[in-house]
Amino acid sequence: MHLSAVDVTAVGKSYGGARVLDNIHAQFREGSFTSLLGPSGSGKTTLLRIIAGFVAPDTGRVRIGAQDVTTVPVHARNIGMVFQSYALFPHMTVADNIAFGLHRRGIRGAELQRRVADVLAMVKLGDFAQRLPKQLSGGQQQRVALARAIVINPTVLLLDEPLSALDRRLRQEMQVELRRIQRDSGLTTIFVTHDQEEALTLSDHVAILDRGRIVQEGAPIAIYERPTSRFAAAFLGDANFLSGRVVEGGLQVGTQTIRISGTVTPTVAVRPEKMTLLPEGASTDGFDNLLPATVRQVVYAGAATTYLLDGADGTPLRVFAQNREGTPAEPGSRVTLGWSAAHTIPVTD
Amino acid sequence: MKLLARGFILLVLIFLYLPIAVMALMAFNASPLYALPFQFSTEWFEALATDDVLLTAARNSALIAVATAVLATLLGTAAAVALHRARFPGRDTLRVLLLPPIAIPWLITGTAMLLFFFWTGIGRGLHAMLIGHVALAIPYVVLVVNTGLSGVRRDLEEAAKSLGSTPLHAFFAVTLPLLLPSVIAAALFAFAVSLDQFVISYFLATPGVVTLPVQIYAAIRKGFTPEINAISTILLGVSMIVILGFAWLSKAGGALERR
Repeated sequence: MHLSAVDVTAVGKSYGGARVLDNIHAQFREGSFTSLLGPSGSGKTTLLRIIAGFVAPDTGRVRIGAQDVTTVPVHARNIGMVFQSYALFPHMTVADNIAFGLHRRGIRGAELQRRVADVLAMVKLGDFAQRLPKQLSGGQQQRVALARAIVINPTVLLLDEPLSALDRRLRQEMQVELRRIQRDSGLTTIFVTHDQEEALTLSDHVAILDRGRIVQEGAPIAIYERPTSRFAAAFLGDANFLSGRVVEGGLQVGTQTIRISGTVTPTVAVRPEKMTLLPEGASTDGFDNLLPATVRQVVYAGAATTYLLDGADGTPLRVFAQNREGTPAEPGSRVTLGWSAAHTIPVTD
Repeated sequence: MKLLARGFILLVLIFLYLPIAVMALMAFNASPLYALPFQFSTEWFEALATDDVLLTAARNSALIAVATAVLATLLGTAAAVALHRARFPGRDTLRVLLLPPIAIPWLITGTAMLLFFFWTGIGRGLHAMLIGHVALAIPYVVLVVNTGLSGVRRDLEEAAKSLGSTPLHAFFAVTLPLLLPSVIAAALFAFAVSLDQFVISYFLATPGVVTLPVQIYAAIRKGFTPEINAISTILLGVSMIVILGFAWLSKAGGALERR
């Protein structure tokens, strides 16, 4: 029994001198849902295509299941892949699209019919078997692409930004659907996305890529609550960065000493929703850290308000507040921001 | 303005089609001296049916045109796929080099072929004409198929491979069916190029073995007869059907690709 379904060891790739992937090590646990999250050019798609076999790595090994597949061609890897543009065969019906991979595996007749019908039911497209792809909506095409990829019982399911072509509402529906199907099928899934919210909602495990390296990986909550680098903190969610001088017991920022849980670094990050906006004269009890600021702009959005502020030294700050009570602070008013040491995260630059 | 545009296009079409229409009309005129008034008759077509020389030439033409269509399409499609998919040094140069033969005057190409075939011992005759026509048609096939290929998305073949297709199977199961309208269109075009070819055929023909255009030219030199009109009308009809088929298929191919 293997602990990981997919193993990437020391993989590197360059295109004409440009280093796209640099010494990547990653394990993808059996049955897990992992997101490769990063901006465009971070190498996440290249990594996925190396696992799929469309791109050969310059260095390193790729293992899928028990087999080292580094030199195995795509068609012999038993992967399921969903492409960004779905890549449905336009000259085949939905049923023929789904049967394609089964056919390649020598499955015919009644079993073929049964498995196509089963997977169509799973993606709730039972009545669409005889349609052509162009007769389906974007969301339906997406589900056909997913059905076609999972019907062959792949060792690993690879998804290349499959939701990016859908509108927001449909995308959220598909996220729920995708998660359900992945749980039901128990398939080890690797999902490439540049959408941080998608990565947080869908995955058990997130790997953040930047310039060809995995800068941090872990459970979504761990990555969000404890980013280790400035890049990870800024790319996954919003963050306020405070820089200062490392002193006894914390970080000296202006005249304030910011207290930190963990090793003090010259830069710390604080999530905007962890800070509380205290009007002049309000009690500052119960906060480990306090920082004076001036409200620059108030962005009211119904349930919540975003405050854009300037710190004493002009550092731009933002605070998210739920609109539970009272009137929001006016632009130009002087306030104090309060938060706890536990929410003060040391990060590397 | 709209009326003016329509009138202008009408004028252009008249300019293009009037001589052809008159020629076709005269094929159905009873008078051997093209005399008017027009009297409908099919006697010139009937005369054709017993003209062994013209019939043999027509059979040669059809044979070469079909063979050219098949060979040029096979070779040209393979070349187009290689140029489109494979990456190898000098690919762009090769692609560009396919174009000049289209613009080289047929007289020059014909002379060059005649000299070359004579020098290499290929000689003249049906086989020489076939080689010449295939060479002439290949660039057109490559152009047409290449356009078709750029409409077939590459990720379709990748999807097929991810589902277990070897590269060869992916091509035959996915790309080729989607490319088929373009391939057939290219074959029709190659057929038309061969059927209508005169200059190269004239150079490579031997006295007994000629194609229809060459025979028509030989007959005209002896004097016009409405029989020439009749055979020309048939040739014209076939060419037009083929080219209209090409146009329709190219459009159908385009519509399929856009999906």
